[in-house]
Amino acid sequence: MSSEPPLMEVRNLRVYYPVRKGIFGGVAYVKAVDGVDLVLNKGDIFTLVGESGCGKTTLGKTIVGLVRPTGGEILYKGKNILKLSKREYLEYRRNVQIIHQDPFSSLNPTKTVFQTLSFPLKRWGIARSRRDLIEKVSELLSLVGLEPPEDFLFKYPHQLSGGQRQRVVVARAISVNPELIMADEPITMIDVSLRIGILDLLLDLQKRFNTAYLFITHDFGAARYFAAKGGGLIAVMYLGKIVEVGPAEDVIHDPLHPYTKVLMSAVPVPDPELSRKKKLLKLKSLDIPSPMNPPPGCRFNTRCPFSKPKCEKEEPPLVEVRKKHWAACWLYTS
Amino acid sequence: MPRNLLEVRSLRVLYKVHRGDVKAVDNVDLSVREGEILGVVGESGSGKSTLALAILRLLPKTARIANGHIYYKGEVDLAHSPENKLKEVRWKEISLIPQAALNALNPTLKIVDHFLETARAHGVHDRKWVIERASKLLSLLRLEPDRVLKSYPHELSGGMKQRVLIALAMLLEPTMLILDEPTTALDVLTQRFILDLLKDLHAKTNITMMFITHDIAVIADIADRMAVMYAGKVMEVGDVYTVFKEPKHPYSIALMKSIPSLTGSVEEMRSIPGTLPDLVNPPPGCRFWPRCPHAMDICKKEEPPTVELKPGHLVSCWLHARR
Repeated sequence: MSSEPPLMEVRNLRVYYPVRKGIFGGVAYVKAVDGVDLVLNKGDIFTLVGESGCGKTTLGKTIVGLVRPTGGEILYKGKNILKLSKREYLEYRRNVQIIHQDPFSSLNPTKTVFQTLSFPLKRWGIARSRRDLIEKVSELLSLVGLEPPEDFLFKYPHQLSGGQRQRVVVARAISVNPELIMADEPITMIDVSLRIGILDLLLDLQKRFNTAYLFITHDFGAARYFAAKGGGLIAVMYLGKIVEVGPAEDVIHDPLHPYTKVLMSAVPVPDPELSRKKKLLKLKSLDIPSPMNPPPGCRFNTRCPFSKPKCEKEEPPLVEVRKKHWAACWLYTS
Repeated sequence: MPRNLLEVRSLRVLYKVHRGDVKAVDNVDLSVREGEILGVVGESGSGKSTLALAILRLLPKTARIANGHIYYKGEVDLAHSPENKLKEVRWKEISLIPQAALNALNPTLKIVDHFLETARAHGVHDRKWVIERASKLLSLLRLEPDRVLKSYPHELSGGMKQRVLIALAMLLEPTMLILDEPTTALDVLTQRFILDLLKDLHAKTNITMMFITHDIAVIADIADRMAVMYAGKVMEVGDVYTVFKEPKHPYSIALMKSIPSLTGSVEEMRSIPGTLPDLVNPPPGCRFWPRCPHAMDICKKEEPPTVELKPGHLVSCWLHARR
């Protein structure tokens, strides 16, 4: 094993958003991310899943430097991203790229595909002359399956379908050969029949260029597909914390944390017999506690069907229950 | 066998755009049986929402019904009824919960006023009756009527708003409910809760439902029968158990494989190559042939006939047609 620091490491990350309470009240904080640790190496796939408001998007945005953390550290190749020199910071911004959810608003409508894709190439000195740019952009378009490239080079976003636009967004993200791509719900707005195509495209880049992914989604099926095929991990978030992490199929088929178990019992599956036979694990309450004032102890205790008195007092640590499969739950630790 | 409550026959709906006409729903035949939950599944652009809007004649101004009939209870043809006749059907006979309806509640009106307004618009002025009926429906949907009726929309969560909309749609005791993507914007647990509530509601009231969604797993969970739509056409219709177990249309088969689901092997999941056809100039013959792994010469020339493979299992595909 080399002693090279990981590509990205997150230690005890906290991100609190201030909100004003009433007219005279002081400031309260929404604890969007509240104590998260994770490590990403080259070529790793880390999939964050959770319901809306769990903090998964905030965590992703903080890791790529779009949101300033309240506490904790984000280390890029061992160095805190807030303490990078100007040159190191530029390198970090180049090596960490983003794919957003909405391919309709993440492309400039007044620019052609060629203009959009040649900008980062010029910016980073990868290609300069028009001929080189056309060649390189065409290469990128072929790589993301927009073929023949000549048909797409001079099109505007409105002339492309949603799936084609998302491919342009992917092409833009990979144009600078990044080491890590943060993809936040990249297939949510894509037609059902084309979703796996986009995921396969991202996985292909992982295989070819050893690109690492931080993949964020609310869709457990998509998380399973991406992590299982890419040999990665699924992490389940609840109220700002990771409650379970493990290999894709283990988390989906044999979840440890009660929250994951409840979710898995609730997701409909495309098989009428199976879907209707599923026994829903009943929650104590449907209401998600406010992230401004999360419950003491385990954050899930107010809804957990298995909660014990201890869960209301002490916060469970994230421990390795099975091989490479961690959970933060008092059912597994004493 | 239960009778058909609604019969859509040879329906064609066109949207006018500068390039020509978008054939959003093209020669569609579909029946809804009394008391069933019919699932309609399709991707965006398949025509499923247009079909729902056409049934109640709520299409936007750019759209028109170019052909076909929509028979309700075998007598009224909704496709050709005058506005005053439609008024008697909307909400009293058939209610629609449109897509993204969560934002349709007026933020300045309390929930109780939504119920009263709706009733008034349909000529019901008995305040006491409306509040009683609303309370009954809200409790059936496991909401606290007293609290919810006094609330403004922003005080309710997404799942609560969705339930209010279902109660509103059922206010005037309709025979049929059309739900367009009712659980799409909801989280996993809220979606499960709403699906179970709808099943419960259906068991208790026997209301007929047409459930429209892009999510085939939701159909598997809730529907009795299903229709698979693609590019303005109905490709396959049948009992959900039959269609899921033995899908016959190449599109249905491909669609089921293209869902990244929690069950089945990830190695067998794959996307459908190609993209949806341009509906201004759809391909001749079958609309799926450019993406179909089994496309034959005839598929590119002639529209496939609809054949009944087993009682109630209909497929529009040349592979299954007797030539």
